[in-house]
Amino acid sequence: MSLLSVENLTVALPPGGDRPHAVEDITLTVDPGEILCVVGESGSGKSITANAVMGLLPRSLPVKTGRIRFEGQDLLDLTPEAMRRLRGARLAMIFQEPMTALNPLMRVGDQIAEALRVHGAGGDVARRVPELLAAVNLPDPAAIAKSHPFRLSGGQRQRVMIAMALALEPSLLIADEPTTALDVTAQMQILRLVREIQSRRGTGVLFITHDFGVVAEIADRVAVMQQGRIVEQGPAQTVLNRPQHPYTRSLIAAVPHGAPPERPAAGGETILRVANVVKTYRRGGWFGTSATVRAVHDADFTLAKGETLGVVGESGSGKSTLARCVVRLVEPETGEITFNGTNLRPLSRAAWKPYRQRIQMVFQDPYASLNPRRKVGETIAEGPITHGVPREVALDRARELLRLVQLDAGAMDRYPHEFSGGQRQRIGIARALAMEPELLIADEPVSALDVSVQAQVLALLAEIRQRLGLTMLFITHDLRVAAQVCDRIAVMQRGAIVEQGPTAQVFSSPQHPYTQQLLDSIPGRGWTPPDLSQAA
Amino acid sequence: MRDFWRRYRRNKGAVLGLVILFLVILMAILAPVLFPGSPWDMVSAPFMPPGEMGLLLGSDSLGRDVAAGIAHGARISLLVGAVSTLAALLIGVTLGAVAGYLGGFADDAVMRFTEFFQTIPSFVLAILLVAIFNPSISSVVFAIAVVSWPPVARVVRAEFLSLRSREFVQAAEVLGKSRLSIVLTDILPNALSPIVVLASLMVATAILLESALSFLGLGDPNLMTWGFLIGAGRSVIRLAWWMSVFPGIAIFLTVLALNLVGEGLSDALNPRLARQRGAA
Repeated sequence: MSLLSVENLTVALPPGGDRPHAVEDITLTVDPGEILCVVGESGSGKSITANAVMGLLPRSLPVKTGRIRFEGQDLLDLTPEAMRRLRGARLAMIFQEPMTALNPLMRVGDQIAEALRVHGAGGDVARRVPELLAAVNLPDPAAIAKSHPFRLSGGQRQRVMIAMALALEPSLLIADEPTTALDVTAQMQILRLVREIQSRRGTGVLFITHDFGVVAEIADRVAVMQQGRIVEQGPAQTVLNRPQHPYTRSLIAAVPHGAPPERPAAGGETILRVANVVKTYRRGGWFGTSATVRAVHDADFTLAKGETLGVVGESGSGKSTLARCVVRLVEPETGEITFNGTNLRPLSRAAWKPYRQRIQMVFQDPYASLNPRRKVGETIAEGPITHGVPREVALDRARELLRLVQLDAGAMDRYPHEFSGGQRQRIGIARALAMEPELLIADEPVSALDVSVQAQVLALLAEIRQRLGLTMLFITHDLRVAAQVCDRIAVMQRGAIVEQGPTAQVFSSPQHPYTQQLLDSIPGRGWTPPDLSQAA
Repeated sequence: MRDFWRRYRRNKGAVLGLVILFLVILMAILAPVLFPGSPWDMVSAPFMPPGEMGLLLGSDSLGRDVAAGIAHGARISLLVGAVSTLAALLIGVTLGAVAGYLGGFADDAVMRFTEFFQTIPSFVLAILLVAIFNPSISSVVFAIAVVSWPPVARVVRAEFLSLRSREFVQAAEVLGKSRLSIVLTDILPNALSPIVVLASLMVATAILLESALSFLGLGDPNLMTWGFLIGAGRSVIRLAWWMSVFPGIAIFLTVLALNLVGEGLSDALNPRLARQRGAA
């Protein structure tokens, strides 16, 4: 018998939503010792499914029909009190944000002990807590138990969450995007840990994710969700390599595949040279000790006309700071940023202005990078207007650009909130292109987007780059994206570039140990997405 | 806009406040029609209780019509409230914007200056300023503006600090816009909601301050105001209660209305907050 079986579950959305049901008629099962991955894009209802099983749905989302059977009993019939006793003890959940899921004022050990005590297993807390922390491969469990959450990294916190979830040896673990907020190396460690625990203890795992790489890494079976329905379900190998449903096919086709294509070396003249740039952040005021962080040091690179250099690294590696130094959103203390032979660093604000036209930037967060109070047309046209282009001409040009980024001209008079994330990112790209720049800096331009939208935006960038002959500095944490887009790759770690070279070379024979570690951590490395372009 | 009105309407108190405020403004506009002639004119015997000799709210110690005084006083009270708030906004928004946008040394300097004003009890400072400059309507407005800008500067600075690091402001920076145009077209419009809410409450405070100054005899001696009416009636309150009570009610209703409107604006301009409140 299955550990968990969800039968014909339908959960209503409040009236006025974009569809009547959050999830509709979904059926899935999890067996003991099995990992079921539920994949889908944002808004597909995968988190609602997890919350329904845990009995954590808000009152505005009532269960309309269906049953959720867990170890033989129907969870929907249970009283809140009976459900509470089950939660944590038999059913456990780990969440996406390890930063906010722990109480910041409580020592980590005490929080795990609390989870034990609540379920009447507080007897041998002193022995169990270090044991659990050791079981999730945390070094020095005794010291970790005494630390507050802010002392731990994201990956460590997520392990603490897992230790807490496993404290009472639940038979089902629900993981809602547990690695999305983590760096790729931490993600790989967590995935391995989930795998290991599941095989050691025979726990059933319901794993929610949007990333097919993660699915390929750990899933036994896969359920693909689209708009609240399960459109395809089956063993991982079948779904990944021979997807049947058109939606699954389109998702898998959109996955950036790790193999970098051979590219001719761009042999143009050097357009940008960054040398000896140092940026240090200081914290602490007039009194007390101040802490300094070297955000960027030792990060020299050059960029030839027409090429794309990818700067990859984990969060805190200084890659964004480096990009911001180039456009002077951050002022470095020393170094030279030479653009077409001019050192930009010592220039005044006024002297910088002509270069603003030639160097433009696309930002990460499509929801924050557009002024919410200004119409899209104005937003795109304002750059050229600032630089003296007549208003009418600039607005006409904005209309053309909207067409170039595949939006219709009606978008001109609408406000950013009327657009989806992918559309907003196109508007951001159009804004940068309106200046007709020579150098485009893209700071994680697709990290906030769903995989199919991500593929569209990347294709758009590639097309524009080719058509306009742009030089691009592409910042990303996702090696698969970098492999697809970049001619050359620079790997950053703790403020320094540790390895630099043509993409294919970096991927096939990485020299620096950190690069090797990063490449090993790409989820689903062993899986090459099937080529669906002809068959589809 | 229609959306804004729909959210505003959800708060019943705010709608009531708007109605009261509208009536007060109407009274101020129609004062010369309702009560032609100067409110200082003697129209009846002194100390007439409300309702006698055709006087709705009675007469004062010199036989002047209290109702006429309230209607004409509404003009001055509202005018002082609005103008001094505008002046305070001008000072507060400018200083707050400079501090929040530039940060660093400018921020420190402006905020120390603001704190300097905040440490002085505002009413005492206002009395002092009016006393120095001779009581007149312009000196009253000036004094109220000078004591009420610090909260504006603090709010604006906080908004600017958080907006300055948003990506759309950085994008404007990368486009090469000038600092002034970034502040005026990118940051300020997005910081407007709390400023509007604060302003509606400041008008209420300004009316109270003006009344308090007039009560102490520091108002413009040539202008009829609510505070003056209360101040004049104070010594005979046991003999003629209506002389102080009715102007007091006028102040109370106006200030209440402005506070309700301010709360309604705050709900309507922060839709996320309002929705939570509506759901709870």
